[in-house]
Amino acid sequence: MDEAEFCRLWHLFQEVIDGNKEYLNSLDAAIGDADHGTNMARGMEKAVAACDQPEGGLRVTAKAIAMAMLSTVGGASGALWGSGLLKFAAAIPEAVACSDREFAGAVDAFVSSIRDRGKANLGDKTMVDVFLPARDRLIAGVEAGEALPAIAEVLAEATAAWALETKDLIALKGRAAYLGERSRGHVDPGAFSSSLWFLSLSRALAERSG
Amino acid sequence: MKKLINSIDHVVDEALDGMVLAFPQYLVRVPDTHVLARAVPKAQGKVGIVSGGGSGHEPAHGGYVGYGMLDAAVAGEVFTSPTPDQVLAGIKAADHGGGVLLVVKNYTGDVMNFDIAREMAEAEGIQTGTVTVNDDVAVEDSLYTSGRRGIAGTVFVHKVAGALAELGASLEEVAAGANAVIANVASMGFALEPCTVPAAGKPTFELAGDEMEMGIGIHGEPGTHRMKVEAASELTRHLFVKIAADLELVAGTRVVAMVNGMGATPLLELAVMANELGRLAAAEGLALEQVFLGEFMTSLEMAGASLTLLRVDERRLELIGSSCDTPALRQGVKFG
Repeated sequence: MDEAEFCRLWHLFQEVIDGNKEYLNSLDAAIGDADHGTNMARGMEKAVAACDQPEGGLRVTAKAIAMAMLSTVGGASGALWGSGLLKFAAAIPEAVACSDREFAGAVDAFVSSIRDRGKANLGDKTMVDVFLPARDRLIAGVEAGEALPAIAEVLAEATAAWALETKDLIALKGRAAYLGERSRGHVDPGAFSSSLWFLSLSRALAERSG
Repeated sequence: MKKLINSIDHVVDEALDGMVLAFPQYLVRVPDTHVLARAVPKAQGKVGIVSGGGSGHEPAHGGYVGYGMLDAAVAGEVFTSPTPDQVLAGIKAADHGGGVLLVVKNYTGDVMNFDIAREMAEAEGIQTGTVTVNDDVAVEDSLYTSGRRGIAGTVFVHKVAGALAELGASLEEVAAGANAVIANVASMGFALEPCTVPAAGKPTFELAGDEMEMGIGIHGEPGTHRMKVEAASELTRHLFVKIAADLELVAGTRVVAMVNGMGATPLLELAVMANELGRLAAAEGLALEQVFLGEFMTSLEMAGASLTLLRVDERRLELIGSSCDTPALRQGVKFG
């Protein structure tokens, strides 16, 4: 992945978050406090500005996005995305491009970070329900020699399904956990916005030739 | 949505400036941040106390900045935890060389953002400690969840931690005193009407004319269950029984209480609730030492109330009753 693709990913993510802002707020209203879309949109606006600086290299760009999200999103999402992306930045090469394996390694670092900080397990009705299986599929695909755009295309569809599957779960972490049984029947907004990141990844790589 | 605001994006910013305008003897705003700090910092070497969280809980937390309580309060967006850089600015404002105690309400976002800020502060050589308030007995504590929420009992933690810090206690001693409050405090609340987060534009839940939500948190989220509205005596009893069971209160136990309005319930009704509390405490043989009545930890314009009980011994009662001078809580000031 090169820096142009990486920045395209974040610009696409910003657009799709903004487009789904009200929907994310409505998901959050059912089991939280109705502001997940607003908070993520506010953060993404700042985050994409970091991409518009020329040729900083992947690590510098990722770190700038991390700091933007850490200081503007707020709430649990801001802490998880921000501190997770700092680990992503530390794991990705400084160069302007990286191998698929290095990209997968950085995603792995991100997922480890959100699990350490959020202490959520698979099935707790959080963003981990999307990111954990997605990481596993990403790493397996790269190991098997699949092309990253093809993996991303599979993940775009799979993560959308995983996000929707959180509907049947009872929340065990995050603010929705206080609702207990009443959290069932609603899609987790953090899981849904996470699936949009993989959708953006797929779209960003779709333009890659060969 | 009918709100007394100019724009959703500037609510918190403008409210912070409004607080400083109204209370210049207490508050200054740390430039370019959402941090309110004491206008007159406490003496060098004393422990600083920082609290904060999402906005919408006024007078928490900026209203408690002043002598005997907080040194700095960090405001997030409405019902959204402040970000780590903002919390770090609060820690720096409260640091007078004696270390800084962070009083955090147990909400996932608050815990994470304060943790990250604490890591940043430690990296800069500022000694810090954290206490996490989890007084809400509406939700079960469990190893598998995030545990109980922190709600109005947080104000008692501010009071005791602040009093100890003024007395010159060390960071460990202040943290121990705060943790002793946390171990002995329990709260629970209900909503008669929901509130509207400005950014969302519509109420966070909807209630029929005769319905209410029992066991709410302080972020407009629904409670543990919905029920028909009952008389003040029944509602107060509902909260009291749950809290008393959690604290294992027995006849003769000394307690301090807080009857807290959620934002849109008149003082008249809160006073009715306080009266019911008095009857219940008397029937159980509790020694009700002091009652705080008013709005201390709100949830925007939510109608409803919460009840907090704190078990006290002589020492803790002294610390609760000692002087403090802040925009929202002034006591122990004698004239003449």
